[in-house]
Amino acid sequence: MDVNILVGGAAGQGMDTVMNLLGKALVREGYSIIYTKDYMSRVRGGHNFSRLRISSETPWTNVETVDIIVALNEETFILHNSDLSPSGRIIFDPELFDLPEDEDRGVPVKLRSLAEEAGGAIMANTVAVGALLVLIGLETATVEKLLTETFTGKEDVAEQNIKALKAGFKSAERYCSTCFTLPPKKEERKKLFIDGNQVLGMAALASGCRFLSAYPMTPSTGIMNYLAEKSVQYPVVVEQAEDEIAAVNMAMGASYAGVRALTCTSGGGFSLMVEGLSLAGMTETPLVVIVAMRPGPATGLPTRTEQGDLEFVIHAGHGEFPRAVLSATSHEDAFYRLNKAFELADRYQTPVIFLSDQHFADTHRAVDPFDFNRLSYNRSIAGEGEIEKPYKRYRLTENGISPRVIPGQLEGETVLVDSDEHDENGNIIEDAETRRLMADKRMRKMVLLAEDMDEPDLYGDPQPELLLLGWGSTYGVLREVVDTLSARGKKTAMLQFTDLWPLPQKRIKNLFPQVEKVLSVENNITGQLASLIYRETGLAVDGKIVKYDGRPFLPREIVKEVDKYVQG
Amino acid sequence: MFKADHYMPGGTAWCPGCGNFQIREALAEALAELELPPERILICSGIGQAAKIPHYIRANGFNGLHGRALPPALGACIANKELKVIVESGDGDSYGEGGNHFIHNIRRNPDLAHFVHNNQIYGLTKGQASPTSDQGMKTGVQVNGVVLPALNPLAVALVLGAGFVARCFSGEKDHLKETMKEAINFPGYALVDILQPCVSFNKVNTFGWYKKRTYFPDIEDLEDWSAALEISRQWGDKIPLGIFYKKPKPTFESSLKVLEGEPLAFKPFNPVEIASVQNEYL
Repeated sequence: MDVNILVGGAAGQGMDTVMNLLGKALVREGYSIIYTKDYMSRVRGGHNFSRLRISSETPWTNVETVDIIVALNEETFILHNSDLSPSGRIIFDPELFDLPEDEDRGVPVKLRSLAEEAGGAIMANTVAVGALLVLIGLETATVEKLLTETFTGKEDVAEQNIKALKAGFKSAERYCSTCFTLPPKKEERKKLFIDGNQVLGMAALASGCRFLSAYPMTPSTGIMNYLAEKSVQYPVVVEQAEDEIAAVNMAMGASYAGVRALTCTSGGGFSLMVEGLSLAGMTETPLVVIVAMRPGPATGLPTRTEQGDLEFVIHAGHGEFPRAVLSATSHEDAFYRLNKAFELADRYQTPVIFLSDQHFADTHRAVDPFDFNRLSYNRSIAGEGEIEKPYKRYRLTENGISPRVIPGQLEGETVLVDSDEHDENGNIIEDAETRRLMADKRMRKMVLLAEDMDEPDLYGDPQPELLLLGWGSTYGVLREVVDTLSARGKKTAMLQFTDLWPLPQKRIKNLFPQVEKVLSVENNITGQLASLIYRETGLAVDGKIVKYDGRPFLPREIVKEVDKYVQG
Repeated sequence: MFKADHYMPGGTAWCPGCGNFQIREALAEALAELELPPERILICSGIGQAAKIPHYIRANGFNGLHGRALPPALGACIANKELKVIVESGDGDSYGEGGNHFIHNIRRNPDLAHFVHNNQIYGLTKGQASPTSDQGMKTGVQVNGVVLPALNPLAVALVLGAGFVARCFSGEKDHLKETMKEAINFPGYALVDILQPCVSFNKVNTFGWYKKRTYFPDIEDLEDWSAALEISRQWGDKIPLGIFYKKPKPTFESSLKVLEGEPLAFKPFNPVEIASVQNEYL
């Protein structure tokens, strides 16, 4: 059986510490887990919580049910008590608050006092981890090793934490030792325990990205943090720009001058980048922009999740120019998908937008190590023998792609790019004929680009009666919904779009007529993918299931919505 | 090497009598005398009359967005440190629309030369006030005369810690050329504010107006910051020209160890070689 743990408290109480420690220990011991965060846009106070689910295979989503609550404050108990299973347990600090008298699921552990005895109140979280371990029947050895690794060079701190850990373990032992049986585990130390932003940061590094310019913005900042940390050891430069306008233009300058360049932001910052996006289209400069979505408009809900910017990124930028839009569906796919974004940007010399969201960015999962052999590094930069001289940056070609060289690459040849409409050489023009030729040349790139789009991934019954449509980070929860509905006997499948623009159409055109009901499931208000599909193909869904309260879908709420459309 | 003419292909779309012609010639002569091959030079510009310069100088060129000449220049400095990067744009582009980039790139101190064609007016949009227009100047938009005090770019640059600050006048072409050469060779951010007449739209600050007022003061110590600030604040009946301040400090690039050796743009890469980067998540 699965075990679901929820740790809650005020911002600053360190739920992350508990989950990171416990999560990594579980993964090292061979358990399959997912861990998601629900946090407020504040540094102290409020109510934050994290969910961790342990399963026999890496879970695709978290669920509503909770088996163990770690209540670092009373509010956590009050808010989540109703989700606790009848046989559940609540780890709480009896010196901080009391559970109601009729509540017999409590495991009182003096988190603060035990931490102080071990060396400091700050280690109350470590005490909680010790208590959790005994409840799920694990020894402390793996966490002890992790603590030693974490505090390398600070042996006394490691020692104090280990003391705190053992104190928590011992304290909870008398109430509930191995109350929960963990699902069978796999081989030890074979999986990565990693979140979405780390996956994307690593994918960028492994795609040969040499430059990231960005302005910090939740929930994209983790990508910046990752690459900045790596810039000490690897050949990548991370520059915090003065604003997002600078960020996108810096990245373009670096790209023009010959390196793979990236910028990352969220919707508000992307709004500032939009003129730059248009410049990338006009100058035909490869550019990858990661947009980690959060609810808008304006500042919206800064630390929450939404899929509200699909239509925006497809249309962003004045004028018409080719672009690709890809999205992060799962940790497993996103690593290779971002590499594809860099490849497309270079091949088609145009901007590629990669959509992530807070839910994807902040979710940790246990995944198999990535296969770096599957990554490509084709810069699509022409060699001396492949160009006609004198070199013309915008030479008219059949497929619209002009051979690209970089400044300083070839003796005697210069590279001129221009934001104005230009001729083959890159020089500013105003005549009607050249304008038409250049506009056609740029847009011709869309033909080949469309062929590079992957069809949406089909999961479930190959001949379904019910088809669910999604894109991006809803992949996991939809898989769980498909499994649930299939188990109930409903022939169900899902189509999850990773590549969104140009919209791949073959599979939907083929499947739509064969199924009884098509429902779209999206974390936005209007059902943007469904609208896009209708506009591009004339195919309409039978219903749109939407959620826009800033929280990711949980499986049960989707099933409930589906039931309204599908009777029996 | 090449003569100045080699750097000036084709004609221009500027008005006859425009100060831009002397600036272009001075730049071409400076590049020729520095013996820089065109493929080693990158000129980044924004939008405006001055910003058309990449079309009129034989070199690599990035003619980007209005106000955004500095950010791509910074990106290029990082990608290929062997390029001689010049940012060239107007007063509206550099000090108005691009004000934020002006401020923060002075702080960064990348190794580039920033040549600002300062005609104290918006030429491309036909005659509105620029950040450097003198108070009282009437335009079609500032109908009662400019109210805002003029921005003093040299004082701003000095206060922000720029290592090279100079003012030139398009009517003093040899001085301009020599100053450009020094700015290009200066390791770090070098600002040259170049006064120039706009014959079509600025009827106040004409060639004669500048000619009458500009002079070359004796500057004894180029590393005397206070004296430089004092002289940068002179404006009106007497307008000083020259390099006011010159004192190298560590460049942005020098803070980046990763730029040592071959330029980033030419460093080979193979994803498989860094596969071990994921081990920290095991």
